[in-house]
Amino acid sequence: MAMNTQGRPTSAGEASTKSHKTFTGNYGLQIEEPLSFEIGRPETTGVDLPAPKKMTSRLGKLARAGEIGIPGLSEPETMRHFVRLSQKNYGIDTGLFSLGSCTMKHNPRLNEKMARLPGFGDVHPMQPQSTVQGALELIDTLAHYLKELTGMKAVAMSPKAGAHGELCGMMAIKAALEAKGEGHRRTVLVPDSAHGTNPATAALIGFEVKAVPAQADGTVHVADVKALLGPDVAAIMLTNPNTCGIFEKQIVEIAKAIHAAGAYFYCDGANYNAIVGKARPGDLGVDAMHINLHKTFSTPHGGGGPGSGPVVLSERLAAFVPYPFVHVGNGFELVENEGRKTKAEKPFGRLTAFHGQMGMYVRALAYMLSHGADGMKQASEDAVLNANYIRAGLKDLMSLPFGDQPCMHEALFDDAWLKDTGVTTLDFAKAMIDEGYHPMTMYFPLVVHGAMLIEPTESESKASLDLFIATLRDLARAAKRGEVERFRGAPYHAPRRRLDETRAARNPVLRWTKPQPLAEAAE
Amino acid sequence: MRYLPLTANDRTDMLAAIGVKNIDELFANVPKSKLMRGLPDLPLTKGEIEVERNMGAMAAKNRPASAGPFFVGAGAYKHHVPASVDHLIQRSEFLTSYTPYQPEIAQGTLQYLFEFQTQVALLTGMEVANASMYDGSTAAGEAVLMAHRVTRRKKAVLSGNLHPHYADVIETISRMASDTVVRLDANPVAATADLKAVAAQIDAETSCVVIQTPDVFGNLHDLTALALACEKAGALLIAVVTEVVSLGAVTSPGAMGADIVVAEGQSIGVGLNFGGPYVGLFAAKQKYVRQMPGRLCGETVDAEGKRGFVLTLSTREQHIRRDKATSNICTNSGLMCLAFTIHMTLLGEKGLRQLAAINHANACDLADRLGAVKRVEVLNASFFNEFTIRVPGDSAKIIEKMARKGVLGGVPASRLLPKNKAVKDLILVANTEVNTDDDRAAFVAALEASI
Amino acid sequence: MATTRYTKDHEYVRVEGDVAVVGITDYAQQALGDVVFVELPSIGKDVAKGKGAAVVESVKAASDVYAPVSGKVVEVNADLEGAPGTVNEDSSGKGWFFKMKLANPKDLDDLMDEAAYKAYLATIS
Repeated sequence: MAMNTQGRPTSAGEASTKSHKTFTGNYGLQIEEPLSFEIGRPETTGVDLPAPKKMTSRLGKLARAGEIGIPGLSEPETMRHFVRLSQKNYGIDTGLFSLGSCTMKHNPRLNEKMARLPGFGDVHPMQPQSTVQGALELIDTLAHYLKELTGMKAVAMSPKAGAHGELCGMMAIKAALEAKGEGHRRTVLVPDSAHGTNPATAALIGFEVKAVPAQADGTVHVADVKALLGPDVAAIMLTNPNTCGIFEKQIVEIAKAIHAAGAYFYCDGANYNAIVGKARPGDLGVDAMHINLHKTFSTPHGGGGPGSGPVVLSERLAAFVPYPFVHVGNGFELVENEGRKTKAEKPFGRLTAFHGQMGMYVRALAYMLSHGADGMKQASEDAVLNANYIRAGLKDLMSLPFGDQPCMHEALFDDAWLKDTGVTTLDFAKAMIDEGYHPMTMYFPLVVHGAMLIEPTESESKASLDLFIATLRDLARAAKRGEVERFRGAPYHAPRRRLDETRAARNPVLRWTKPQPLAEAAE
Repeated sequence: MRYLPLTANDRTDMLAAIGVKNIDELFANVPKSKLMRGLPDLPLTKGEIEVERNMGAMAAKNRPASAGPFFVGAGAYKHHVPASVDHLIQRSEFLTSYTPYQPEIAQGTLQYLFEFQTQVALLTGMEVANASMYDGSTAAGEAVLMAHRVTRRKKAVLSGNLHPHYADVIETISRMASDTVVRLDANPVAATADLKAVAAQIDAETSCVVIQTPDVFGNLHDLTALALACEKAGALLIAVVTEVVSLGAVTSPGAMGADIVVAEGQSIGVGLNFGGPYVGLFAAKQKYVRQMPGRLCGETVDAEGKRGFVLTLSTREQHIRRDKATSNICTNSGLMCLAFTIHMTLLGEKGLRQLAAINHANACDLADRLGAVKRVEVLNASFFNEFTIRVPGDSAKIIEKMARKGVLGGVPASRLLPKNKAVKDLILVANTEVNTDDDRAAFVAALEASI
Repeated sequence: MATTRYTKDHEYVRVEGDVAVVGITDYAQQALGDVVFVELPSIGKDVAKGKGAAVVESVKAASDVYAPVSGKVVEVNADLEGAPGTVNEDSSGKGWFFKMKLANPKDLDDLMDEAAYKAYLATIS
């Protein structure tokens, strides 16, 4: 017979299941990676460029002297450096990303492909307009979709992210008030449950923020709004569905009261994804609402941006869209300044250089075309269905701050059920990391103690939700059983254990600095 | 629909588990009359093939920068981006992650932000940099607001040669916030006169001076004297850089005494994208760090003593300080920071300097060629990779004519300064490493044929 | 002997001659968690009773510290800049914020003494 003489074992045999410390500090696929500044070399570069032509310098006396201090890496080293860093990150493609209010839905790769078509990705904002008619057509098409879905009259496309959109909307309101000679209205009503960006935005342009209370059902009641209305009120900033995951059921009455008082209704559209194709903000009485294309319309969050925050505007604010905007006539014209605008248009100024987040427009439109009217409506319904399924699956173990009522696209729990367990919301979240999940939003909204805001999005299958619910049930039981160690030390299995944020804030180290040679350091 | 995993059976089972009869019971809070019965008046679901066909048709109507000779700049530049950059930023773990609120599973993002902050600080010659703003123009607006907080004054002086869009952004936010802006007239010919005019405006109410180098016409400025004048008056000097590659060749604003430096980082790692997304760089002196807008990433250790990174000094920000925050910014330009950081890491100091040298040499070459064209005048005494030419006649019309000949020859100054009659015959011309001798020859030929 | 008075917002004021030392109470530092930064008023500044005079920051919160009484700031605790943790370690001693000259000694009458403050704490916890 032909003998296998290699002696290579093929069963797990009696291998120890115990872990040990490694020589490198790496653990299999989890590889420690120094800073590029620690491994790069000043003489190394990962790009091959031709020698510059020999010309007389026109830099005058301003030619840079001395070294900059940025080392380079070759291409293979660069690939390895950033791939290793990527492996320390959790993304939507890794698993269920339950971060409430952030809408971590699937990012279709068709979007990416479309954004990289040279006709979109490789065109310059200042090319002659005759050479970018398709780009202007795309902006106009997206604008049409946004207006049609929201039932609004106009849309300001240029805001770069949600908070920038809020700024745009509030500026339009200020401009509208000033145009009516009512610039004295300086109060903006904001519920305590609002995103921090709302009061920050209002304050940035000189408004004074007054808090509106929410009632025991988690919504704002029209009576509370009416009690605060007066000749000094410029606007209300209301999130709908609100940050507790509940649709503001008195929203129509609130809008009427606001309008009757001569003020405007700004709606924070961060949660618009729950109602696309189900209800139109324009029908509800909203005057301005930003849309986070990176939430509702699936453009990637990219580790914190880029976003895009077009603002839809009602008839009452439509004239105030800032530069630039598109006119459609015999072709598409981008209006960048006074000379080309119509008399009816009263732009309040400019929010950014050029025309906004084109790359995000392409992605959002690719998503909208793919879904279509029917798919977008189904996506909203699935998002709401998934959130309610989680709420229903956990409500007997975890506590609901506003009672057992349906939620929209996200389910909010508080920490009342953790009382006396020795486990906090933070601990619970960190234990979820060990189980392979990205934790929910915690301690927000501020109006709920120890808040846990879970948003599964429509991208999760039923099997995925079932496992998530089973996992959280197991964790909840463990917390109640007093298995405190599983929580307090968590995460045990992430690339890093809990990080010392106090130390980071007390002695901020915000950049790498070259280690001093010992002799100098001793001085 | 391919993006939705639930099946019809799943939906039925789940509604039953929740205890409702139909989906609209979950929408019970929506007033009945406001709940949409039908579908929005938009097309129905499409497969990939159809979407590609539809969008490809729109894309085909645009003339990409890479399709022929291309000299358009004015705040956004056509540079070569190495293939590995675009591959890396599409890694799922980067592309589909969120702002790093859970640092234990976001060390990848946090570490590149720390590297980014270090690179930006070194390039600009400043002590600290943040984790990015939306773009250069909004960074400039934020810098002015920050200067107002630091100095407790409310007047900003804007150089006339600041990019007009940047000046518009600053003017808009300032008007809305009831702050004062003094905006000087553009001075394309005598660039040093602009500096003098700015210095003359500094008084005891002045919070800051905003000046760009290279300026919108391409002129380089020594800011040293202006920095001293600002310091004397208790005002801050805000330096704006719209072409960040220039920092590979010219003295950094930090070395000339700037207090805050803002820049458009698009040139490194980020494509043209018809104006966005880009990446705003924001750097300042250490002593102003608590007045800075935006995210900051800092070094710390974990429970086992291993080095790690977290978002820090968050009490400046909107989610904590609310109406007293330094800015309302939340999402910034994460993925574009990553592109910048990767490209910068590939370049290293050596590559950046060489890239800058090529840009400068190519621009010098084109300037020399244009200087030899009759009735065309190069205005700049100094420049990096962009300069201004005077042509006989309406520059916008000449640019259109050149475009019809296949050459995108630059930006007519009148597009940026429509009210300024003195710039009607000026063109801003940019020249980067992507332009060849043939491109420059084509430029000259097209220009000669168009005037 | 120095008199110490307390506010409902958990500031203390300890009167030493005609100078009042202001800080936050032990209860407050515990509620805040690790103090990471303290923003102090400038010397010579007039502060009004009940108005923000300083800011104390933990990692996830920024809180205004209100002046318990009206007066002029005469000294600030510069040591806190490098060692904000002192507020946690010794809030009533080395962790003081600023000293002020009282404008109106009667302001003290509206504040709680130690016993009253302790009783107040019992009602809110």
